[in-house]
Amino acid sequence: MSEIRNYTMNFGPQHPAAHGVLRLVMEMDGEVVERIDPHIGLLHRATEKLAESKPYNHNIGYMDRLDYVSMMCNEHAYVMAIEKLLGVTVPERARYIRVLFDEITRILNHLMWIGAHALDIGAMSVFLYAFREREDLMDCYEAASGARLHATYYRPGGVYRDLPDSMPQYESSRWHGEGATRERNQDRSGSLLDFIWAFSERFPGCVDDYETLLTDNRIWKQRTVGIGVVEPSRALKLGFTGPMLRGSGVEWDLRKKQPYEVYDQMDFDIPVGTEGDCYDRYLVRVEEMRQSNRIVRQCVKWLQVNEGPVIVENYKVVPPRREEMKQDMESLIHHFKLFTEGYTVPAGEVYAAVEAPKGEFGVYLVSDSANKPYRLKIRAPGFAHLAALNEMARGHMLADVVAIIGSQDIVFGEVDR
Amino acid sequence: MGSTQHLISRLSTVGSGVNMSVTEAHGEVSIEVECSQLHRCLQLLHDQPDLCFEQLIDLCGVDYLDYGKDSTQANAGCTGPRFAVVYHLLSVTHNHRLRVVVRLEEESLMVDSVIDIWPVADWFEREAFDLFGIIFIGHPDLRRLLTDYGFVGHPFRKDFPLSGHVEMRYDEEKGRVVYEPVSIEPRVTVPRVIREGGSGERNS
Repeated sequence: MSEIRNYTMNFGPQHPAAHGVLRLVMEMDGEVVERIDPHIGLLHRATEKLAESKPYNHNIGYMDRLDYVSMMCNEHAYVMAIEKLLGVTVPERARYIRVLFDEITRILNHLMWIGAHALDIGAMSVFLYAFREREDLMDCYEAASGARLHATYYRPGGVYRDLPDSMPQYESSRWHGEGATRERNQDRSGSLLDFIWAFSERFPGCVDDYETLLTDNRIWKQRTVGIGVVEPSRALKLGFTGPMLRGSGVEWDLRKKQPYEVYDQMDFDIPVGTEGDCYDRYLVRVEEMRQSNRIVRQCVKWLQVNEGPVIVENYKVVPPRREEMKQDMESLIHHFKLFTEGYTVPAGEVYAAVEAPKGEFGVYLVSDSANKPYRLKIRAPGFAHLAALNEMARGHMLADVVAIIGSQDIVFGEVDR
Repeated sequence: MGSTQHLISRLSTVGSGVNMSVTEAHGEVSIEVECSQLHRCLQLLHDQPDLCFEQLIDLCGVDYLDYGKDSTQANAGCTGPRFAVVYHLLSVTHNHRLRVVVRLEEESLMVDSVIDIWPVADWFEREAFDLFGIIFIGHPDLRRLLTDYGFVGHPFRKDFPLSGHVEMRYDEEKGRVVYEPVSIEPRVTVPRVIREGGSGERNS
């Protein structure tokens, strides 16, 4: 009898299926995984420590860079924590804008995920289609905040500015003649809200396209059905949240159970899986895109008819308007204080969580009434999910590890922080 | 979300022999327990059907060394134990949250691991060990998690400088990466200011 020996294999950190800088040390028995030891921290930037040295508003930009495919949801948790301590009330229009952009972010995230996940398991074309729609949504980000990815749009007390009345337009070039350009600019002739509305009209059809490519695809099912199964009770113990938990059949969504902003006025459904395998998690996320689209439409409808302020008029927290600052001494002082020192937040500790696309994204904030956070702890959903990789992948083949990592929707910006 | 009063009244049913101080602020309930009773208390919080905290949402360390200190260093800093471990629990069944705080002295920076109650504590405890040097008794594999291989020190402690102690670069002559003492001066762009009461609407 020949001697059989387990061997240890290194996966990553430079591997296209590692979704960034994941290093796995795998103990293999032939092609079967015996044990996985993920080594993380290669993208550790000590965001929480950096935040302790900067005024509250300077840190909003750092939040974008945590989970860099669901930027505004991260900001949302952070500003909600500050608002809780400050006790400011956000104007209604700002709440709707936040919900609108949270859902746009969810679609952005899931589009990125479906493209990358399908590419990992060998389906090329979904990636290209998903990025076509992502492009439109990033234009929305750009129109609202000025940046396509790292928006820094939310502020304690509201959002930075109101939605624009016009969309940027394409210009004709050597590659796009007059007629083609007119066609490309068709949805862009109105306001940002009109553009989002036009997007939400065609988006369900796009999701149908992705589903045609994947849902009943034989190879897709062979790669995902029955892979990485997690029981509901186990999923809770492993700290799963978001689509990972719902894929295992636990009906839990913060937007429904602990609604924040105006989610309690939205009409949407929570998809729940039954088997808890990679395929169910795929189905849950695809349905979430459709539901997000529904919420986006409700928000657009409301925002089109309801005007109002988008940020509180509390000059201790929010800078006064520029015209006022030029005219009024009081405003000038407020402006000066806010931009040199920032605002101070009453002492205390709070935990604020949002249903980010990947799961529960929470911010635990300790303040000692200074102008900088005393301690900021970011609860990243991906951290708990990746910690369970060893358990989920044990006994599976090496190629299934890639499918499991893909279905966990890992982004290293938030895992390593 | 269930009312906090409801949760507080249920907390009083946690078995005798567990001393806890319950506080409520900003609609959140937090309890503080003794280090020696922590594991028993968390086990009860997990097991008791009317509390039923199935999920450990978060676990983190806090260093209270500079608490209340501003840039002038005039204030006293922290009083009481220097460190704390904070647990955030969530009950999916009853839809309530709870924060459990345990304060630790620097001399005995040890607390029982809760990995046997919630397996998710594995990485959370490794992280807290890595960043603060808190020892979790009973953790089977307490290694560093986020910092570099061979890292020295616990970077999230308040006495650890923001720019660290060493920097690294590739040395052409030696043909490898070398570590050297940091060459950058720490600088503060915005000084830390403390104003009692803060700026919010609670104050105005």
